[in-house]
Amino acid sequence: MIDIAITDKPLDLALADKAAGPANGAITVFVGTVRNRTDGRKVLRLEFEAYRGMAEKEMRRIADYAQSRWPVRSIVIHHRVGTVRVGEAAVIIAIGAERRDAAFRACRFAIDTLKETVPIWKKEVFEDGEEWVQPHP
Amino acid sequence: MKLRILAFGITRDIMGGSNLQLSVDNVATVGELKQELLRRYPALHGIASLMIAVNSTYAADTDPIKPADEVAVIPPVSGG
Repeated sequence: MIDIAITDKPLDLALADKAAGPANGAITVFVGTVRNRTDGRKVLRLEFEAYRGMAEKEMRRIADYAQSRWPVRSIVIHHRVGTVRVGEAAVIIAIGAERRDAAFRACRFAIDTLKETVPIWKKEVFEDGEEWVQPHP
Repeated sequence: MKLRILAFGITRDIMGGSNLQLSVDNVATVGELKQELLRRYPALHGIASLMIAVNSTYAADTDPIKPADEVAVIPPVSGG
C-alpha cells in the first residue's frame, strides 16, 4: 500500500494508522515539525510551496524504491503546503512492515530522499523579514 | 520558439512570475535553456544549483526541449 498526498490542511498523527495492518509488526513514523528558531532568529511561520504534480510523482518514486529495497508493506507520505505554524507538522511519513529493521531503514531513506529530490520549497518568515531556505546537508 | 516555463521558490522571485511565456531562439536542449535563463536573469547565478524539469521529470543538459513541453525551473529543494 502506498498513500501519497500534498495537502494544504493540517496533518494529523492519526495518519500513522493507515500504515497498520495485520501482517505488520512495526510502524515507524517520522514527523517533521516547524522549529521556532533558525540560527538564533525567531521564526514566526513557514510558507511551503510545491510543484504539485511533480512532487507527488517524486514522492511515489521514493515509495516504490523503498518497497523494492526493503520488505515494507505500507508507505504513507503526506506533505503540507501553504502556511505552517511553529509546532505543526510539515511532513508525516509512516512505514508499516513485518519487522522493525526494514521499517526504520525505509523511513530514514524516505525522509532523507524527500529532502533531496522532491520539488517543495519553504520560506522562513522571521520577525524582521523572510528568506527561502537554503537546504542543509 | 515560445516556451511555457514554471518557476518556483527563489527562482519565481528572480524571474518575476510562476508561469512565464518566454520566446527563445537557438534553444534546443535543457543546457541551452539554462544558459539563456542565466543570461536573461543574472541573479540566477547566485543559486547553489539550478535544475530543469521537463514534463515533471528532472532533465539532463543534453535532453531536448520542444514547444509543447512543460518546463520548470527547480532551485535547491527544501521540503520536509
